[in-house]
Amino acid sequence: MTTGSSIALNQLSLTLDGNEIVTRIDLHIAAGEFVCLLGPSGCGKSTILNAIAGFLPSSGQIRVADKPVSGPGVDRGVVFQSSEALFPWLTVRENVEYGPRLRGIADRQRAELADHYLSLVGLSHAAEKFPDALSGGMRQRAQIARVLVNEPSVVLMDEPFGALDAQTREVLQRELDRIWRATGCTIVFVTHDIWESILLADRIVTMTAGPRATIKTIETIDLPHPRDPADPSSLALYRRLRDDIGAEVTRVLRAQGLASEEIAA
Amino acid sequence: MSSGLNRIGMAALSILCGLFLWKIASQYTSPLFMPSPAATLDAAKELMQDGTLVRALIASSARIATGWALGVAVGIPLGIVMGRFALFRQFLDPYIEFFRFIPPIAFVTLAVIWLGPGESAKVALIFYTTVFIVTLNTIAGVQAVNPLRLRAAASLGAGPVQLLTTVILPSTVPFMVTGARIAMGNSFLTVVSAEIVSAENGLGALIWTARNFARTEWVFVGILALGMLGYLFDRVLRIAVALLLRRYQPTT
Repeated sequence: MTTGSSIALNQLSLTLDGNEIVTRIDLHIAAGEFVCLLGPSGCGKSTILNAIAGFLPSSGQIRVADKPVSGPGVDRGVVFQSSEALFPWLTVRENVEYGPRLRGIADRQRAELADHYLSLVGLSHAAEKFPDALSGGMRQRAQIARVLVNEPSVVLMDEPFGALDAQTREVLQRELDRIWRATGCTIVFVTHDIWESILLADRIVTMTAGPRATIKTIETIDLPHPRDPADPSSLALYRRLRDDIGAEVTRVLRAQGLASEEIAA
Repeated sequence: MSSGLNRIGMAALSILCGLFLWKIASQYTSPLFMPSPAATLDAAKELMQDGTLVRALIASSARIATGWALGVAVGIPLGIVMGRFALFRQFLDPYIEFFRFIPPIAFVTLAVIWLGPGESAKVALIFYTTVFIVTLNTIAGVQAVNPLRLRAAASLGAGPVQLLTTVILPSTVPFMVTGARIAMGNSFLTVVSAEIVSAENGLGALIWTARNFARTEWVFVGILALGMLGYLFDRVLRIAVALLLRRYQPTT
């Protein structure tokens, strides 16, 4: 059991290749909280995640556990949408042991750690396989185990289930909910799937469409877990989020001259 | 399994057809122009019995193996460093862009002047042939490393040196292997040229000496021996790669 860290974004603006992707983001995430960043593609939600991960140069506007982020670190694990992020020349177990090996943890203890986290993500039976031999869902489980084995206080997930089929996605969403409870880490989860965010999040942050995207709304969800999509409050929340995001998409389309009056109305 | 047998059967059929065409062609030309398969086989036996062929094979093989191994051993680290550090690459780039147009054969004379007519000149030429190709391929490999894997490794705790040894190096293996294989083929080009210009033994020397004695069938023996030796070297390399480096090769 690890404990989560708080994350603070203070007036965060991020510029890539001279374009301001996101502007003046203020967001404070509590330790152990599960926050979804929800928004249309191109709204800069992955950029924010990459900045928290330390992949982008940042000017001290991001603090994790009250310390400014100055680069990647084991305290912040990252699960990528693409399973290309796994090392194809290592077996699943070797992928999971990668972090502990770098830290010089002894063979025996490393194997125990790997066993624990492989079983937590339900991948014990595939430990000796190479990633190429796994299904998309299993590869994402492997990515999650590889990150958790480092016992990060923050897990950053960039549309981790976006490339999976609907059934596998549902299973993994439920598993993630369980794993999050088991580890107690803070999770920042990027998605464009409204139901996914309702199923998982403590809070949902919606973004305006980019460029110069910023926070549009923040919804706090008080529904009990596991969440029921058919619950009236879930449905009401879904409609609200759909309208918020729909308005952004329409705004962009209209700006591009692509939306008919019908869609706009 | 059956597709493997089919492939071997097809290859055997193809070789038989080739031999047949060769035989027909030799019947309509003079032995000096094109010796028959049988005459070539006789010549091979003759060269085998007096030890010339074996000595030539060993001499050429040793030169290729030494020069190639040295070239691979230097080319891989050089390519990694050049691929990883832009400043170093930019510094050496003018030389790369210049020498890439100069075939090793152009250096044969210079190699003899600088290193003498002995083994070192030939080994140096094969080293030059190899190091160039392996370095360029390794650079391409380093630059093709999936940035996602570098990010993943960095957030799992890898520092700059660990990124190099645990991500960049294994990712680049297929490129190194390709470079090493191409270099092996080119080493055969180089060794023959070098031996023709200055050598007492080796397959190049055998082919050149045959000219002086007007023994076209010796030339044929030399050429066939080169082809078979090249095939053997490539096979050994491929098997070694399959056994030792399989996990680094993409499966698709």
